[in-house]
This record gives sequence, C-alpha cells and structure tokens, in this order.
Amino acid sequence: MIDRHAETVLDVQDLRVEVGGRAIVDQVALSLNAGEMLGLVGESGCGKSVTALAIMRLLAEPPMRIAQGTIRLDGRDLVPLGEPALQKLRGHDMAMIFQEPMTSLNPVFSVGDQIAEAVRLHSPVTRKAARSRAADLLARVGIPAPTAALDRYPHQMSGGQRQRVMIAMALAASPRLLVADEPTTALDVTVQAQILDLIDDLRRESGMAVLLITHDLGVVSQYCDRVAVMYGGRVVETAPAADLFARPRHRYTEALLRTIPAANPPGTDLPAIPGSVPPPGQRPVGCAFHPRCAAATGRCRSDLPPLAQVSPFHLAACWNPA
Amino acid sequence: MTLLSVRNLTKTYPAAQGRRVQALSEVSLEIRAGEVLGVVGESGCGKSTLGRAILRLSDADAGEVVFDGQDLIRLSRAAMNPVRRNLQVVFQDPFGALNPRHRVGHILAEPLIVQGQGDRVARMARVAEVLRLVGLPETAAGRYPHEFSGGQRQRIAIARALVLNPRLIVADEAVSALDVSVQSQILNLIAGLRRQLGLSILFISHDLSVIRHVSDRIAVMYLGRIVESGPTESVIAGPRHPYTQALLSAVPRPGERREGRIRLQGEVPDPSAPPPGCAFHTRCAQALPACRVTRPALTRQPDGAEVACHLHP
Repeated sequence: MIDRHAETVLDVQDLRVEVGGRAIVDQVALSLNAGEMLGLVGESGCGKSVTALAIMRLLAEPPMRIAQGTIRLDGRDLVPLGEPALQKLRGHDMAMIFQEPMTSLNPVFSVGDQIAEAVRLHSPVTRKAARSRAADLLARVGIPAPTAALDRYPHQMSGGQRQRVMIAMALAASPRLLVADEPTTALDVTVQAQILDLIDDLRRESGMAVLLITHDLGVVSQYCDRVAVMYGGRVVETAPAADLFARPRHRYTEALLRTIPAANPPGTDLPAIPGSVPPPGQRPVGCAFHPRCAAATGRCRSDLPPLAQVSPFHLAACWNPA
Repeated sequence: MTLLSVRNLTKTYPAAQGRRVQALSEVSLEIRAGEVLGVVGESGCGKSTLGRAILRLSDADAGEVVFDGQDLIRLSRAAMNPVRRNLQVVFQDPFGALNPRHRVGHILAEPLIVQGQGDRVARMARVAEVLRLVGLPETAAGRYPHEFSGGQRQRIAIARALVLNPRLIVADEAVSALDVSVQSQILNLIAGLRRQLGLSILFISHDLSVIRHVSDRIAVMYLGRIVESGPTESVIAGPRHPYTQALLSAVPRPGERREGRIRLQGEVPDPSAPPPGCAFHTRCAQALPACRVTRPALTRQPDGAEVACHLHP
C-alpha cells in the first residue's frame, strides 16, 4: 500500500479547453496519487465539470476542444489518443460516476446484466463468471441480498441504491482513477453520507485514486486529502484539506468559507459576497474574482495572478492573499 | 399572536396497486405573527405537501388550516381568493416560476391586477417599491427574466410574493438551487425583509444549516409526520429524536472529518407502506421493542420542545 501511494496516477498540466476559440478552462494543473482523494470544488460555471470530462476525454468535441496541455494517466498522455484507445482505457483504467444515476443506467436491462457487461468488456470471462463477479461487486458496494438484486431493474431501486450500482459498474475492472462528478448532490443527506463513506473505504482498500467534483465545501473537508478550488475556469487555490479549511489564502476561498450559514451564528447577517459568478463569456480581465473581492487593488484589475506557493504544499493565485 | 394554526392535517395520494401514499399524517403546527418556522426533512417526508396544503394549492383530506381565524380548508375557491393576498409563496426554481414572455414589471403587477388593486399608476409605483425592497433597480421592470442571473431571478420571485403585502410567505426550498455565494445574499435579504415588514415565514428546506440560520423554531419531519419541534437552539444544541440527531450528524461541515458521526443504515422506507409503530424504527440504532409496535405520540418536554419518541415519554 505504502509504495502504491507514492505513485502518481493522474497528472494534468496546463489544460486549456476552448469553445469557439474562447477558453472555458485554462492553465489547469492537478495531480493525484494512488489511494488519494482530491476535491475539485467550485460554484456553477467555474469549469470543474468541464475539467472532469476533459480528463475522461468525454468532452463534446466539437464544439469543445482541448486546445493545450497534457493529461497523463500512469504516465501516458491521453490528449493525442483516438477514440479506440480511449475506449480501452475508460472503464478499465479510469471510470466516472455522475450526479444522476438514473440517466446513466439503462432502464430496460437488469442491473446484473449491466454490471456483467462492464465486466466482460474488460476481461474475457464467461457469462456465468461475469454474473458471479457482478454479485460480488454488488456485495462490495453494500447492496443487501446481492444475488437477488442482480435481476432487479433500475426503477425498482432507490436513488442511493442506483448510485451504489453505478459505483459497482465503475469498479468492475478495478480502475486506477475514479472521477466522481457531484455523486451525491441528488441524494438525501443521510444517504449522501453512506455513499461517500463507501467511496472513501474503497479507495483506502484498493489504492484507487479519486477525483471528487463537488460544490459542497463540507463534503470536501470530511473526505478529501487535498483540495483544488476553481473560479472562472482556473484553479485559484490548492492545498491539503486541513490547511485550506484552517487557513484559506485566496480571497475567494476565504469569502466562501465565511459566507456559509454553518460558519455564522443563527439569525445574524451572513458576510455575503456581492454579485454572482461571471458566465464563461463575461469573465473580467485580471483576476476573475476582482469585481466581487473586498481586497482588490489596481493590480487585480489588470494582471492575472499566477498560482504561486504561499506556504509548503499550499498554492494560491492571489495578489493579496489573506 | 398565532397567525397560522395547522391541526391534524392529513393528505394521501394514490399509489400503485391501489395503495395510498400517506404524505401528511396528523400534522399540527403554529406560526406566530413575525415568526419564521423552519420545516426540515429528507425527500418524501411531506414538507412540500405541507406547504401546498396550507396554500390550498392541493386539498388536504382532513384537518384544519386556521389562518387569521378562518379555516381555509372549508373555504370555497371563490372565498379563498381574498385570503391569497395574505398568503404568498416562493419556490425553488426562479426560472420555472417566472413567465419568460413577460417583462418583470408585468410579472410583478399581475397579482395586483388579479386582486383588483390600484390603477395603472399606483401599480407601477408599487412595482418600483418592491423592486427597491429586494435590492433591484427600478429599471429591472422593463427587462425579461432571462436577462437576470439566478440570484436576481430569485429576488424577482420574492418581489412578486411581496407585492400584495402578505402576512405569511411559504418559502419552499427557496435558496436550494443557488450557488453558495448567492445563497447567502438571498438569506440576508429574506432576514432583512422579515425584520422590516414583520413577515411570518414557513421556511421549507432539506438543508439543516440553512434552516438553523433563518428559523426561530424548527419542525423536523419524517415520513409525513413531525417527529420533533421546538426553539431552534434547543433542537440544534440538544436534539432528542434519534432521527434529528442523525440528520444533524450527517450534515458535512467545513473543518470537520468524517470520523465520529452517526451513520443511519438504509434509506427512507416506501411512504405507501410505512413501517408499523414508529416509522423510523427500521433505521434507528436505539429502537426499543415498543417502537416496532406502538407509534409514539408527539409529547411536550419540560423546555417546550415536542418529541415523538418512546425514549422521551
């Protein structure tokens, strides 16, 4: 386990995604070791889901396009690869789960058939062996009476159970990387905790690396080893989770943590951030956060701050870090 | 002074195989003038049905909704109309709630027209006034909903709820679709309006941290029933019902790790076939034999909170 943890599974450098020549994600760098969970956090339109889809090479190309950068999975750059090579990697080396499991599952096939298909896609086993492996996977993700559950259809399951089935399919080939895009946003809070515990346990047992995309700072704080905060299509701060929540340095992260209701006494006015997240076409010059930032200076309005080290392992793209 | 008093409200919906979903079972609550009551629970607990039944957007099967001395359940549709100016609603999705073909000025004036209030000039003045109240420029009246951000659209929806100068607003997941940075602006706006206008609010949400922030009192729902209610600080600081304890424990907060939290097994049972006894016993780590058989009644505690749990007789 110790050796595997030292390995870099995912290494993204200088990623730029364009739509019609305009960058919607720019200069994104992320790296993820085996067994590690990295939280990619931000509000709507910040580019976190586009980054996740780019890593899986699932972007709608065209109109979107990876204009620049490298995405290395176990050292191999995915950007120049064609669709046949990517299909071999997806599911086998990297897998993805989404917010809404119902739309990702096929309503006319039993969950056993769907998991067995995922198993047979990546290993040459008999139907019977694949079905038995599917039952093992359902047991592993905590579905009660897994053999009986093989014959059930997605609509006969609850939202939490459907997300467990998606995770079972993702695990079919023991991928090195799991990309989880808001996997619990559609679930109730008590079920959310169960699913996140499951993903956390699986990555600790198997050494699978997890990229968790979420808007929920509380989720990131509880499960992730490291955090990358996105705003305006860029990573604006990255740090070990404990450091980031104890001492956020980018003015956006700081303001975001201060504004949540849980951080304030009941009934008091929340320290609100003025304005709203700019849509990709209307991002301002300089630091994208400057029109909403209480600490903005002239430099913030003209020059883009680089992601720079503010303390060991802690980087922030801010001219006036907190 | 009690503004709204709900007594034994019950509502069922037809379900598959001739069964009925018990959406609300004997729900009773009170809202005093100027008070914010937060109703919290997970999907299917009946919280939205409660809001709709109070507003008469759907009809309850039994029970009373006494608003300002009148039982709304017994009013005819026609007799309900003058009451509606005092009872307004804000929903989760501000885009779905605003007609995209109409200018904001028309959207805000429409309730006044329906209620036959004022002439054109007076209505325009009132529209300008509510726009200022929600922090939008008067020029917003000439624009269309799609020209505004999500947070601004929710301000417009709030302005429309305010235009008739109501006494009670039902806010059903009113900040749930908003980004964190915008959500706090809208929560501040709602708190400010409540102070300024003396509004009563029934604030429905799945988000306990939001409920805690805005509410004077909290009611926790599970499978169509209130299982605990009381002053916000007593429910948050000393939750008695094991479900409230688990719900509080499950809310992930920044700066905390997952260790040491209460974990519920399983999910909310099918509301068309609720478990006998206490509906929560199938997921409760502290369940007693009695919990499987007898449903605990909502019982008043020494500090004024109410709990439906055999552990707190």
